Amino acid sequence: MSAEPLLRCQGVVAGYEHPVVGPATFELFRGEVLGLLGSNGAGKSTLIKAITGHARIFQGRLDIAPGIELAHHRQQPVRPAECPLSGYDLVTLTGASRRAPPAEISRLLEGRVDQLSGGQFQILQIWACLGSAAEVVLLDEPTNNLDPATVEALVKLIRQDQAGRTLLVVSHEASFIDAVCSRVVSVSA
Amino acid sequence: MLELLFDPLFRLPFVTGLLLAPVAAIAGVYLRLREEWLAALAYAQVAAAGAVVAVVFHAPVMLGALVAAGLVATVKGLLANPGNHHFVMFILLGWGVALVAGSFSAHGEMVGQSLMDGQLYFTGQAHLLGALALLVTGTLFMSWLSQRLLMDRFFPDYFSANGIPAWRHRVAFDWLVVAIVAVATTAFGVMAAFALLFIPAWVAWGLAQGWRNVLIIAAGVALVAYATAFVVAVAVDQPFGPVLVLILCAMALLRFTRRGFKSASPPHR
Repeated sequence: MSAEPLLRCQGVVAGYEHPVVGPATFELFRGEVLGLLGSNGAGKSTLIKAITGHARIFQGRLDIAPGIELAHHRQQPVRPAECPLSGYDLVTLTGASRRAPPAEISRLLEGRVDQLSGGQFQILQIWACLGSAAEVVLLDEPTNNLDPATVEALVKLIRQDQAGRTLLVVSHEASFIDAVCSRVVSVSA
Repeated sequence: MLELLFDPLFRLPFVTGLLLAPVAAIAGVYLRLREEWLAALAYAQVAAAGAVVAVVFHAPVMLGALVAAGLVATVKGLLANPGNHHFVMFILLGWGVALVAGSFSAHGEMVGQSLMDGQLYFTGQAHLLGALALLVTGTLFMSWLSQRLLMDRFFPDYFSANGIPAWRHRVAFDWLVVAIVAVATTAFGVMAAFALLFIPAWVAWGLAQGWRNVLIIAAGVALVAYATAFVVAVAVDQPFGPVLVLILCAMALLRFTRRGFKSASPPHR
């Protein structure tokens, strides 16, 4: 880990019309997998949205190192009911097609994404983020819609990538956070 | 009757439509991607109103269509969450203005009527140059625009998270669509222009597997429908617009042969 964080959140109170979460303080260093753990409604996703510019910061300071690229996997990824994009098209968008996909992903690349199950689409979207060139990947509740076997595959995917990648993972599942994160910060409203 | 197809008078309209049809269909694909397909009818109706108003003020018809549709695109861009209810308002406004403005002069009424009927054979050199310019512009910016529009749809936080202004590709797309619809409306008529933007994209959306195939199928359906409509309209001496719309409606049945086309993009192994 380098001394300078890629992301610094100092006493941030974030929300929309009204504050929802905070004050929250944490730093994200290069190469680590930081978990934000908290119950449903604690405001973890709002903190992520504050980082991506979709939530308002009422107090505190949020600094992102200049020039770094972020990828964000939403809690509810955009998935039109009818969508002719193939899995390959989706991962090509983020540049993830330049990397060799793990076996769990490669079998999802050929078909239309509207023919995938919710869990399959979820893990494909996560791979689109993890396989991209982004230095920091934000994963918001990545275990949503996933069955236990796919959660296991996701844990493997994140661990495989742990060497050079910086991840901020939001989840309400303590066991998942424990399995993938090198450090954990608790979040409460 | 079919000898008219080889009449030099028909060559210019035929070539104009041949260039414009696939461009309109591909614009329709991206409108569908953005869930803004009804905007095609809104722009077309407002473009028709602008054309009729231009006649009243003795201004060029295509300029009036372009300005009016551009105005609506600008208003749409200023709305927080533009949706179908806004597009319906634009359609109603455009229809009302076109008819009221048309009643001010016989020429205005004639132009209004021809835009409703869809008489391709009245297209001029300005349409041909417009279609050519749109084809070249669309081809040049396709890769830049496509990547951003797809990212905007499937990874909408990418731009704000990385401090990349999204308004550039959104405005560029809106104005490209406005220009396509304005030229198509004044060339084919309101409903034929809308049908070209809506139906080929809808068919391709249901059939294709992979984005490249969506674009190929949409452009192919538009070209086949256009060429068939041109021949049929001349052969049976009927207005081009309704014939094109009816042929496109018939081709919409292709959607029910779903999932017939495999992806051209090989998966990474």
